[in-house]
Amino acid sequence: MNAIEVKNLTKVFGKFTAVDNINFDVKQGEIFGFLGANGAGKSTTIRMLIGILEPTSGDALVSGYSIKNQSDLVKKNIGYMSQKFSLYNDLTVVENIRFFAGIYGLDGKKYEERKNWVLKVADLENMENVITGSLPGGIKQRLALGTAVIHEPKIVFLDEPTSGVDPISRRNFWDLINELSEGGTTVLVTTHYLDEAEFCNDIILINAGKLIAQGNSKELKTNYIKNPILEIESDRIVDSMEILEKEKWVGETSIFGNYIHVILNDNTINEGHIYDLLRDKNGISVKRVEKITPTLEDVFIHLIEKDSKKNVQ
Amino acid sequence: MFNRIFAIAKKEMRQLKRDTRMLFIVFFFPVVLLAIFGYAINFDVHHIKIAVYDQDRSLISSEYFDLVTYIDNDDQIKKMLDEKIVQAVVVFPKDMSRRLLSKQEVKIQFLVDGVDGTSANVIQNYVNAATYSYSIQLTKEYLAVTGKNLYVPIDLQPRFWFNPDLQSTRFLIPGLMGMILIITAVISISLSIVREKERGTIEQINVSPLSSIEFILGKTIPYIVISLINATIVLLAGYILFDIVIKGNMLLLLLGTFAFLFAALSLGVFISTIADSQQVAFQAANVTSLLPSLILSGFIFPIESMPIAIQVLTNITPAKFYIVILRAILLRGAGISAFWDQLIYLGIFGLVFIALATLVDKKSKNK
Ligand SMILES: Nc1ncnc2c1ncn2[C@@H]1O[C@H](COP(=O)(O)OP(=O)(O)OP(=O)(O)O)[C@@H](O)[C@H]1O
Ligand SMILES: [Mg+2]
Repeated sequence: MNAIEVKNLTKVFGKFTAVDNINFDVKQGEIFGFLGANGAGKSTTIRMLIGILEPTSGDALVSGYSIKNQSDLVKKNIGYMSQKFSLYNDLTVVENIRFFAGIYGLDGKKYEERKNWVLKVADLENMENVITGSLPGGIKQRLALGTAVIHEPKIVFLDEPTSGVDPISRRNFWDLINELSEGGTTVLVTTHYLDEAEFCNDIILINAGKLIAQGNSKELKTNYIKNPILEIESDRIVDSMEILEKEKWVGETSIFGNYIHVILNDNTINEGHIYDLLRDKNGISVKRVEKITPTLEDVFIHLIEKDSKKNVQ
Repeated sequence: MFNRIFAIAKKEMRQLKRDTRMLFIVFFFPVVLLAIFGYAINFDVHHIKIAVYDQDRSLISSEYFDLVTYIDNDDQIKKMLDEKIVQAVVVFPKDMSRRLLSKQEVKIQFLVDGVDGTSANVIQNYVNAATYSYSIQLTKEYLAVTGKNLYVPIDLQPRFWFNPDLQSTRFLIPGLMGMILIITAVISISLSIVREKERGTIEQINVSPLSSIEFILGKTIPYIVISLINATIVLLAGYILFDIVIKGNMLLLLLGTFAFLFAALSLGVFISTIADSQQVAFQAANVTSLLPSLILSGFIFPIESMPIAIQVLTNITPAKFYIVILRAILLRGAGISAFWDQLIYLGIFGLVFIALATLVDKKSKNK
């Protein structure tokens, strides 16, 4: 049985369709990445899956229970960390832990055990009585995750858990996600960071409420971009891009830091053609041209641009 | 279930302990109100300062009047009233004694400062009463000399029951309790729920298996306790400062208070479902509870003397019903038969708002 099965899930706010008939499955125990630009409908989907927002149509089974008719049972089996910071800033660390343990009915030995686990994973041993609001962002996020799974749910939903924290803290946070996953917990996580998406077993991408791609990262890279990609390092990036875009054999161009990625329309084009065009015809000094396998970013930019063009037409 | 309710209540107490602004509203406000209404706003009129322009020179002062000064010419009358040295001036005519003795009619002029209409009215009543009884006494004396008895056809002797000295503090204490409990109940509960919405912590509670009933009970328990503490403080203050003893049954008092708290808390919960920010909640709580409980509850202005439309409007404040109950128990020592209908009103009021709150909450799940 899958941990989550989403069937034709749709949410309409007034006349605006925030989530448009999406379908996907999440396997037991996996880390499932949920990607999409701002406003794509990620949080709306999650809020339906955790039973606090009613779908307009469609349904989903979460841990085997329907979010439409059995949201009470769904709630017993999940943990959730919202996009907003959701602990009480004016309570101490241990008071927050005690409160969330309390509403999930943990007490006695079980409570002690879970409290110590949360303190350990958040790196807050001996800091129980610190006011939560005064903690650094990264620690707060881990404390929030710890309390969100204090009752050891089978599935946990994390909505942009690492937004606004530094790279080291993000790394620590992902260590914790991996630890949960190894312990058998299914993790559904939304993120804007594509390096984080690489840590996920399966990924879906949504744009304007519609699901536009799914698979693991390898499948995404091979299934959605068939044409070769060239990475170009030159000293006049913007000029180079303008020149390239005039060529018939250039499909899409995008800037990655100091490089340009070019998706070719024509398999017969190679590195030589680029040197020829940029250096010899236009006098731009080209340091390097290399054929690369696409990154997730290439794939997503490609897919989102393609989808947006389709929507405009 | 009780553990979960308790977890919420404990958390609420801990937060309250650190929230100085809320503590201020909850505990300090009542003390201020008590001071204002107990001492500053006193509707009793005592010690009216008068000046006497006695062209005849003979007068005694009394409990009701403090004789401030004698004056001896017309110009001073205006000065005394203008500068608020006195509230009234009595002018006895020059030939008063002679006229009285010769059984002629005497005209006494009484000038009252009419700026404070209520006091002016009271002063006028005192003077009328004093003049009336003095006239009767003189008549009696005169008749006694001539060997006849006076027959007074109607002698009106007013007695005020339940509040024999017509002390306004007595009358105000029940209203004051209503106001203070409204503040702790409606305002603090709505603010405390809306704050969770504002900060997003409510999402975490919504996804937990906690039911709305458990959440609301947990949230309200601390405020019920605080309300009861506040009520006790007001009653103690009433006893120590103003000699007000509870005439009726304590258990009935508690029952009435619970009914009132149920109504007030439901209103607070309802406000929290429609308001999205603490500011809006505070305004809404003010407009729907604090102001009506001051103006429309019968606390200060008697409801019977309001226009019919306003009388209907008075039903929006649960304080109205509570004040009737309190006055019955505190001042009259009445039993439940005197106010059972008020208890029912309060119950209906509470149920209506809880139902409305549930409805709005259900709807918000689709938004
Ligand atoms: N309650 C609501 N009423 C009306 N529109 C809403 C509501 N909630 C969300 N939306 C709209 O639905 C769209 C999707 O919002 P959602 O929060 O799901 O996006 P998201 O993918 O989580 O974006 P982000 O990355 O910014 O968090 C947005 O355009 C948003 O404005
Ligand atoms: Mg979001």
